[in-house]
Amino acid sequence: MSAPTLLLLILGLALIGWLAARTRAAAFATRPGQRSPALPGHHATFVALCTLAPALLFVALWTTISPALVTDRVLASPAAAQLPPSGFERASILSEARSLSDHGLGAAFHPLAARLAPAYDEAQGHYDALAAGIALLLAFGSGAAAWLRVRPGLRARRHVERGVMALLLAASLIAILTTAGIFLSLVLESWRFFQLVPVGDFLTGTHWSPQVIDPADPGGTLGAVPLFWGTFFIGAVIATAVAVPLGLMSAIYLTQYAAPRTRRWVKPVIEVLAGVPTVVYGYFAALTVAPAVRQLGVAIGIESASSESALAAGLVMGMMIIPFVSSIADDSLAAVPAGMRDGSLAVGATLSETVTRVIVPAALPGVVGGILLAVSRAIGETMIVVMAASGIATLTLNPFAPATTVTKQIVDLLTGEAEFDSAKTLAAFALGLTLFLITLLLNIIALGVVKRYREAYE
Amino acid sequence: MNSAVPADERRRRLRQRHAAERRFRLAGAAAVLISAGFLLFLLATMVSGGLRGFTRTQIALPVDFAAAGLPLDPGQLEGREGAASLAGAGFEGLTDHAAIAAFGPHGARLLSDAAWISVRNAVRRDPSLLARRAVIQVPAASGIDIAFKGRGTPEAEAEVASLARRSAISSHFNAALFSAADSTDAAAVGVWGALKGSLLTMAVTLGLAFPVGVLAALYLEEYAPRNRWTDLIEVSINNLAAVPSIIFGLLGLALFLNTLGLPRSAPLVGGLTLALMTMPVIVIAGRNAIKGVPPSIRDAALAVGASPVQVVFHHVLPLALPGILTGTIIGMARALGETAPLLMIGMRAFVAAPPDRLTDPATALPVQIFLWSDEVNRGFVEKTSAAILVLLFVLLAMNGLAVYLRNRLETRW
Repeated sequence: MSAPTLLLLILGLALIGWLAARTRAAAFATRPGQRSPALPGHHATFVALCTLAPALLFVALWTTISPALVTDRVLASPAAAQLPPSGFERASILSEARSLSDHGLGAAFHPLAARLAPAYDEAQGHYDALAAGIALLLAFGSGAAAWLRVRPGLRARRHVERGVMALLLAASLIAILTTAGIFLSLVLESWRFFQLVPVGDFLTGTHWSPQVIDPADPGGTLGAVPLFWGTFFIGAVIATAVAVPLGLMSAIYLTQYAAPRTRRWVKPVIEVLAGVPTVVYGYFAALTVAPAVRQLGVAIGIESASSESALAAGLVMGMMIIPFVSSIADDSLAAVPAGMRDGSLAVGATLSETVTRVIVPAALPGVVGGILLAVSRAIGETMIVVMAASGIATLTLNPFAPATTVTKQIVDLLTGEAEFDSAKTLAAFALGLTLFLITLLLNIIALGVVKRYREAYE
Repeated sequence: MNSAVPADERRRRLRQRHAAERRFRLAGAAAVLISAGFLLFLLATMVSGGLRGFTRTQIALPVDFAAAGLPLDPGQLEGREGAASLAGAGFEGLTDHAAIAAFGPHGARLLSDAAWISVRNAVRRDPSLLARRAVIQVPAASGIDIAFKGRGTPEAEAEVASLARRSAISSHFNAALFSAADSTDAAAVGVWGALKGSLLTMAVTLGLAFPVGVLAALYLEEYAPRNRWTDLIEVSINNLAAVPSIIFGLLGLALFLNTLGLPRSAPLVGGLTLALMTMPVIVIAGRNAIKGVPPSIRDAALAVGASPVQVVFHHVLPLALPGILTGTIIGMARALGETAPLLMIGMRAFVAAPPDRLTDPATALPVQIFLWSDEVNRGFVEKTSAAILVLLFVLLAMNGLAVYLRNRLETRW
């Protein structure tokens, strides 16, 4: 029985339970002299939930363990005796046989896989039928038990509401599970990486060329310092140099000088910059900005100007983060109490003197928080650097030279055709862990600064 | 007051200060103009490059069906058998011969690799063609297409000139862009395959992130007790919203592909990964919307005997729903433009057929843009910009819908 049919059957049972319970409850609800603590709808929902919950929990549990059971049964079949004892070939034959049986594809690459496919069909069918039987029995059993409990005195509403609360709690726990999942997967894969490559080599090595990894000394070509430098140079230096003056001055102009009508139109236009997909920026950077930057470099006498320069990627990244700086700066400038501004104007300061000597210093923590958030966004940005930055890791201060970043290297390492367990692919997870920790730290500091500041004036 | 400073000195200082004020104001206006100018320049670049991608150059190809003697029965081109016989009828060869006959020995190279499909479709529409000669509009090869639009190589320009003298070349709306998928031939590519992959992915994302996000927002805003656990949930949600998207790609790779063994390149996995990324956005937007419902509504419902669950589901949630929907649409628009996590889970494969199921290999529109931008063939340049225009249009429509919903449905208390 296929999964959708099974789910439909369980849902059908729940619907029957709902209708039956509602009829039963409606019958005693109209009887005089009896007050039920719940409406017929509550009784009905109670029975429906009792029908659904155990069966669905069982199905969820079953889908995680059934692949292992199916494989065991296939291995016990006569055709499996010819499998190679262990290793990569065995795994690849098994996975091919499984996809043959799942998708019903005709031709098999490996003849043994074609012979194993019927065994997979048989095992899958066996366990599917078993699971469907158990699930339906569970649904029916617990639904019927709940239906028998439907009496005037049953506190159905309270039971239903407890179920709803459990659902709400489970939904919010998914956020914790995701964070834990990110952390665990990064840490586990990085742990395997650091068994191959010493942490010290990775964090302090200055030579990065994962294309040629010496098996005797993998750490020799996996030193990530040039990547950290490139990321910092592009994301925190060049992009910030573009975004901070433009974003901050825009925010000052829009909050202090512009007419409300102008502000209403211009603010969303600038915020659109944050909504443009990064792949569009990347294409723009690679096709339009990078050649222009190269020409500029050649024109000012830098013959080696690269068409994959740090400057091109950084400039476009700066454009992208202007709205992050400007909208948070806007909020914090607007939150400075009007009395401070009016006081400064009243003693004769011009508006620009008021802005630079009173309003910006008062709003500084919020502005700094916004800049940190923007930097965190810039160093985690992937597509612009994948499309416009270079793959060559260099330690250089020259903005016209090629530079690479952590995110670019993660993509390059994982989109190649390497074995998953090699130092090369695991290095991507170590880089991911570093990136995750750095952006986490930046975000915590930035949110803390913004929050503390906001409280100070409220 | 300042009697020590002479009057003309005071006036000079004042002039200086006013000049500084004007400079500062100008700098602010310049910053705004430059920022908005970036956006306009970006859009103008994409539009100028992309509009050409919406037209396609076609060549009028005379085909002598009667002489070719295709093994087809004009009466039986319908249904499955008809399709099978059409597939085996040898239209590729017929098209090449017709091109060589019409345009000389290089004739076949003038046409797109997919030209024979146009010939086949013409026969399917009108089986009576099989008995006579006919002129059929077929797509031109990518090089001819570029040359006709004015940027080709000298040889291609010469071919175009000779075709134009016979008035056999013309420009049409490129309908294939919205019905075809990826192809190795730049003249035959379309965004439909990628768009469909994106739609399937977004369906999974919406189906998971919306209910979970709304329920989590309700719990945190309405019921959660203040303790260490709910603080932990809040901190995780705020941080997840700021984690770089590529990290979610790594999670998807490690969890969904390597641990759970789900298929690579599938919209299902892409949707799951993007759902994890979008959920915090929906939670944050949802909490703000729920916070905006005034406490008096809750008090009134409680006072007439509603239980806390009834208060939330009968009153708070319906009132907060417009705000939640606005936030959801904005989160979905962000997910739709996302590329990096999808690269990590293998949605960068060459997929020549639009996906039909959630587990079929697929690609998404932004990833398709990325893949085309890497192509060396110059025909892909305008297709990439055209695909970007399609993506930007969809995003614009989604954001416009969000603004409309906000203005139309949101209640001001």
